[in-house]
Amino acid sequence: MKLHNIWFIMKREFNGYFATPVAYVFIIIFLLLTGFSTFYVGNFFERGEADLYPFFSLHPWLYILLIPAISMRLWAEERKSGSVELLMTLPVSVFEAVLGKFLAAWAFTGLALFLNFPLWITVNFLGNPDNGVIIASFLGSLLMAGGFLSIGSCISAITKNQVIAFVLSLIISLVFVLSGYGIVIDFFAGWAPQTLVETISSFSFLTHFDAISKGVIDMRDMMYFISLIAIWLFANALIINARKAD
Amino acid sequence: MTLRIEIDDLAKHFGAIKAVDGVSFSVSKGEVLGFLGPNGAGKSTTMKMITGFLTPTHGTVRVCGYDVLQDPISVKAHLGYLPEGAPAYADMTPDGFLKFIAEIRGLSGADRKRAVASAAERARITTVMHQPIETLSKGYKRRVGLAQAILHNPPVLILDEPTDGLDPNQKHEVRTLINEMAEDKAIIISTHILEEVHALCNRNVVIANGKVRFDGTPHELEAKSRYYNAVCVNVANIEQQAFETFLTSLDFVSDVEALDAQAGFRVYPKQGAQITAELSEKIRANGWDIDALHAEHGRLDEVFRSITMPNTESSN
Repeated sequence: MKLHNIWFIMKREFNGYFATPVAYVFIIIFLLLTGFSTFYVGNFFERGEADLYPFFSLHPWLYILLIPAISMRLWAEERKSGSVELLMTLPVSVFEAVLGKFLAAWAFTGLALFLNFPLWITVNFLGNPDNGVIIASFLGSLLMAGGFLSIGSCISAITKNQVIAFVLSLIISLVFVLSGYGIVIDFFAGWAPQTLVETISSFSFLTHFDAISKGVIDMRDMMYFISLIAIWLFANALIINARKAD
Repeated sequence: MTLRIEIDDLAKHFGAIKAVDGVSFSVSKGEVLGFLGPNGAGKSTTMKMITGFLTPTHGTVRVCGYDVLQDPISVKAHLGYLPEGAPAYADMTPDGFLKFIAEIRGLSGADRKRAVASAAERARITTVMHQPIETLSKGYKRRVGLAQAILHNPPVLILDEPTDGLDPNQKHEVRTLINEMAEDKAIIISTHILEEVHALCNRNVVIANGKVRFDGTPHELEAKSRYYNAVCVNVANIEQQAFETFLTSLDFVSDVEALDAQAGFRVYPKQGAQITAELSEKIRANGWDIDALHAEHGRLDEVFRSITMPNTESSN
């Protein structure tokens, strides 16, 4: 694994987002939606508390919709245009390519997330929030975004069609979030053994993100997202190897 | 002669379809190998296996001594590849695209700058370096792909239909470029444009249905034509019927074909021998005046047909 190859591929991919209006459209929509969800759904002002919990707690739901829009092009477009043949006949390994592209998408998501900083300024202006909690939540949200992106990247490798990649990623992301949602848990809790219910809920992004969004950084939650990313990206590389020429 | 590409018993099966079925040949430095065959014969599949994009079902490929299965990265580092259709990142400019390729190829700083400038100049794309690739014409796109392939001055070049879809001027430029580089590289060019056999190649491999049907020089390929060394002849002062009888009676002639009245007859030699001098001597000995007499070259399209479709009777 050569780090500079990963860096070159990441740089190219990241700049690719800005070669078209896609990046700007995405960032604007993302900011509008985070703003809307923080103030209207999360009742930022009415709560009367100096924190960004309303902002972070709705991120899983925003990511379900928005992350597949970032990840859908990663491999689907490459396969459709045939440039995957060019990339895979350059002296780079498939893991370098998968990682480079994933990191570019992740960096882009990080940038979009960072552009919410006026909210952070606002809350500091209005009160005295625990900024340690906010930074922890920010990193947790970024880590969760990485989880969604790894799913999206892998799914985008199985098809040449970006719309299919978008819809499939959205559904799989939804499953990963919903498995920890109250209604789903209740549904299983009525009849399934306790261990099964716990296993299902332990696979959920919600379960792991909830603690993080309150500023509690537990190694197990971190490991959950990191290993999830690793597994999906590994599958991504295997799929590219097997299907790149189809 | 240093061997640069060695292919041994290479095969690729897609389910029951044998796209490439036991292909073996090798290419040395200085050789420009024209890889001919009808569409779907297995040319692109073979090239994709040489460049490490497809994994062979069985067989080996070695490029500059590196095995493509054991050390794909070294193989890829030693070759430049223009895939079919010259894919590129459409929203990049040629400048950004070539810089990216140069970085991945391990060039940096002044070396990178020099390599990009030189490749752009040789591929003649200097005027479009800052326009998005998707806005370029087909000819320019193809040349951006070529620039990408030659950027790092690789010892081996694999070009899949480099002149497909270009106009005659562009074709000429691309051929000139390839000829300029031919001396110190091993080059494989796939094509179904037969005129390129002479314009570009000093060796030909013809494949059909995944198998090698011919491996030799363009001259040898031509010699397989029934028209090879045939002579068209017409005389002024003799009746056609009698002249045909005379021609048929000659012992070095295998067949005589009547053309129209102006053109006279086409005389086929036995075993492709050169018969021009002998024939004209015999005609003069009879006191006839020769109106026209010229030897023909082989016809590549006819050879191509007879090699790639051996079961169908070849017509003119």
